[in-house]
Amino acid sequence: MTNLILLNIMILGGTALVASFVLYFVSKKFMVETDETTVKIVDVLPQANCGGCGKAGCADFASACAKADADTFANYYCPVGGHAVMQKIAEIKGFETTEKAPTTAVLLCRGSCQNAPAKVVYDAVSSCRVANRISSGQSGCPDGCLRLGDCIKSCKFGALSLNEETGLPEIDSRKCVSCGACVKVCPRGLFEIRPLSVNGGIVYVACRNKQKGATARKNCKAACIACMKCNKINEQIKIDNNLSYIPADIDAEKYGAELAQNCPTGAIVYKENVRG
Amino acid sequence: MLKISTNPHIQTRRNTKSIMLDVVIALIPAALFAIIFFGLEALRVIVVSVLGCVLFEFLACRYWLKVKNSINDFSAVITGLLLAYNLPSSMPSWMILVGCFMAIIVAKMCFGGLGKNIFNPALVGRVFLFISFPVQMTVWPTPHFLQLVSPDGQTGATTLRMLKSIAPEGELVAADRYSINELPSYFDMFIGNIGGCIGEISAFALLLGLGYMLWRKVISWHIPLYYIATVAALTSILYYATGDIKYLPLAHVLSGGLMLGAIFMATDYTTSPMTIKGQIIFAIGCGALTVIIRSFSAYPEGVSFAILIMNALVPLIDKFAVQRYYGEKR
Amino acid sequence: MVKKFSFSMGGIHPDKCKLTSNCPIEDAGLPDVVCIPVKQHIGSPAKIMVNKGDKVKVGTLLADADGIVSSDVHSSVSGEVLKIEDVAGSTGYEEKMITIKVEGDEWESSIDRTSKVIKEINFTPEEIIEKIRQAGIVGMGGAGYPTPIKTSVPEGKKANILIVNGIECEPFLTADDRLMVEHAEEIIMGARVINRALGIQNAIIAVDENKPHAIEILTRLSKLYIGVNIKVCKTKYPQGGEKQLIKAITGQELPSGKLPIDIGCIVQNVGTVFAVYEAVLKNKPLFERILTISGDGIAHPCNYRVRVGTPISYLIDKAGGLTDDVAKIILGGPMMGNAIVNTSAPTTKLTSGILLFREEKFIKEEASSCIRCGKCATVCPAGLRPFAIKEAVVYNGTSDELRKLHAGDCIECGCCAYTCPANIPLLDYCKIAKQEIRKK
Repeated sequence: MTNLILLNIMILGGTALVASFVLYFVSKKFMVETDETTVKIVDVLPQANCGGCGKAGCADFASACAKADADTFANYYCPVGGHAVMQKIAEIKGFETTEKAPTTAVLLCRGSCQNAPAKVVYDAVSSCRVANRISSGQSGCPDGCLRLGDCIKSCKFGALSLNEETGLPEIDSRKCVSCGACVKVCPRGLFEIRPLSVNGGIVYVACRNKQKGATARKNCKAACIACMKCNKINEQIKIDNNLSYIPADIDAEKYGAELAQNCPTGAIVYKENVRG
Repeated sequence: MLKISTNPHIQTRRNTKSIMLDVVIALIPAALFAIIFFGLEALRVIVVSVLGCVLFEFLACRYWLKVKNSINDFSAVITGLLLAYNLPSSMPSWMILVGCFMAIIVAKMCFGGLGKNIFNPALVGRVFLFISFPVQMTVWPTPHFLQLVSPDGQTGATTLRMLKSIAPEGELVAADRYSINELPSYFDMFIGNIGGCIGEISAFALLLGLGYMLWRKVISWHIPLYYIATVAALTSILYYATGDIKYLPLAHVLSGGLMLGAIFMATDYTTSPMTIKGQIIFAIGCGALTVIIRSFSAYPEGVSFAILIMNALVPLIDKFAVQRYYGEKR
Repeated sequence: MVKKFSFSMGGIHPDKCKLTSNCPIEDAGLPDVVCIPVKQHIGSPAKIMVNKGDKVKVGTLLADADGIVSSDVHSSVSGEVLKIEDVAGSTGYEEKMITIKVEGDEWESSIDRTSKVIKEINFTPEEIIEKIRQAGIVGMGGAGYPTPIKTSVPEGKKANILIVNGIECEPFLTADDRLMVEHAEEIIMGARVINRALGIQNAIIAVDENKPHAIEILTRLSKLYIGVNIKVCKTKYPQGGEKQLIKAITGQELPSGKLPIDIGCIVQNVGTVFAVYEAVLKNKPLFERILTISGDGIAHPCNYRVRVGTPISYLIDKAGGLTDDVAKIILGGPMMGNAIVNTSAPTTKLTSGILLFREEKFIKEEASSCIRCGKCATVCPAGLRPFAIKEAVVYNGTSDELRKLHAGDCIECGCCAYTCPANIPLLDYCKIAKQEIRKK
């Protein structure tokens, strides 16, 4: 009996010993060298791995920061963690960092089911990438939202949702971290990351249609028709290719309401406080 | 309003449902032969098993997964039929329902339903019953041609059981051994006049089903042929190398679950490889394992285990058995 | 029994539905206004050579090829240039088009309008290629690759054989079939013209077996011409694909990323060959083509000879009119054609057919889950595994993963999606995969 127990202990113990040696050698042999600073930076990152910073993920961003000098460091920004996280990284690196204005993604189209009614039935995979390739879309506007929601699927933060009534995606700016996933996925480039004004206000032209006013209006009631009215309110607003563009640094509080009221088609959108 | 869609704009009328329906049709001859030889008991097993599987599928879709009901595609009917074919006619009804539960709920729905299961549901059900109720699963009522109720209630052994413990030629037959003379004739094995699971007895009925499926292009010929050929080849080698009567090749091919397994279970789309090359590897593997289990294990029959083991290897086979790309030199 | 040629890998047999094989080619006539796109080919758009208000004749050069991979565009009507601007095309996207108001039917005097078949070729290879270039000929099978590039053999390579692609494997379409029946001799002469340009003696005209009339006429005529042979191919889709046809005729497979000329083959569509004949021997630029208008949504399916730029709606009206129950209009064949949204869009050099389908034709069932039958891999003529490509796309596979699956070799024939019993739009996933690969 004692022999049996002894034998068992010896066999099990022996196996454990051999296994531990194997594990030790494997871990030595395949060890990945990691930089201490990188590890520290990874610890303070939000670990969303969204790619919003332009790197492949948080670890990649951390190693890039670790290698950066003071000048290149200024180009790195974690949109999810924001200023707070960047400050912590700057502390680790011993650099200075300046606060950036909060931003949000906006949809540059108001071609809802009401404004731009469907003229044809879309009967294929529910994917904007596919729809964009085969036709100008249900409404006929070649630059408008396809209303199939690739952006909603791409958002990792739940900031985008489909508005059943309009068919357009809606952005919850309180959840949006400006990672830029929607900007990348939209085949028509209908998303823009725009800074908010001091009180969280924002004003922009929600249209990308470069057709002539009359053609654009045929497909969508809310299209920019390049009427120049916004340019008369603020000369910074440029009209190019039949399309108006409001610069990102405009004072939304000061001009927003006036611009939105005077836009004859309602293509200019003003929101007083999207963070509220 | 005009429709816009991606090409192609036309499609075959062949859909999942019509394919599954063809498999059900191909399974009907075997059901008829089961009833011819085992009477109403066989009919009871089939009805209970099919209804049980459909019911579990319905309940799982409705109350558990909360997805669109999938009983219309006939896949649960096939599982029910195949499970029934793998049971003896004396199986108690409640045990059949336990098998249905294992097949549909555990082996199929737990993985996400049609197309996502790793193991063949009917085989999981059968193997579960086989291990849980070994006594009931190895009682084999003797067949009676065209008798609705068995006149004597006798039971016997399957051909493979006899082969497993057959007395070597010329030796005295002991109590738990069988003599060569007790083996059924090849004609009986072919037509189905032997003891065994209700659906596996008649090679003839199963081959009819195979012919129908090949004609309707439901399956390709590769898996059944390679499977059966591998079993035939390996048993022949063993038979001629050892001279042992227990490896009798034709008996191994015609009796037991080989035909049913090779034609209907190993060819299940979901649990077999997707390319022809993979299917050949899969079939040869099944054949080799079947012979190994039949010859060297305690069980007389190995088709279910062989197919289940190979099922587990399908993802691996799919990964490596890639067909030749156009323009690629091999 | 004549040997029938075919490719070995994959392929499907859809219903032929050739409603118009016995309808002679009719002239579609002249619409009031035509819109001629300046880009009807692969490559850069042609440079516009006319101005608003100019008077043009049939065959007048409207736009000149801009660069090597580009093609000339000629006027298909006589009249006045109304405007030169962006107009919505068949997909709804805008394209630069030249709109011409039709006045009479006055042709350029250099064009030989007689129907006599010219049988002498008195040109050097360089002259032939120059004539093809000036006629604005592009591959009329659908790809629209400029023909002059395809007919000039690059340095260091050698052409052995010219394959004339008379295989119309798409269901419904019969334009090439009718062309071969009615203009067989011209096609043979066109093949000889291209042979002269390539400096070779052999041409093979490949026809599939569901065109007995064309086979009979061509076989009879080819006996009179040395070096021109007719080969009958099995009716199988996509037999007319370039790679599949080369495999069927020569038994060779084109390695991934190689051009047919790399193995000494030149493949030209019969429509292109006919256009080459007209351009070289009749001085007629490419401004009209044969197209089939068919489907169950049109009263009088037929084959038309159509001037480039004719609005699609004009042709539909001529063939019986658009009814309310038409659910889908397709440019090209049902396998590879595109559904269109705008019927006022013009036809181009590449429009081989207009198909109108009623609602009942496509009650496309909803896609259900994959049952892993592997049929998509069996029918793929490129030997791909569409199910694996779909998985990779759905789970956001990297472009390297997609490249390993050879997704870039997809010829977009649609066999996979046609066959899938679960109605999964596999071709869409393959196209997304190709896009992803091209991005990097």
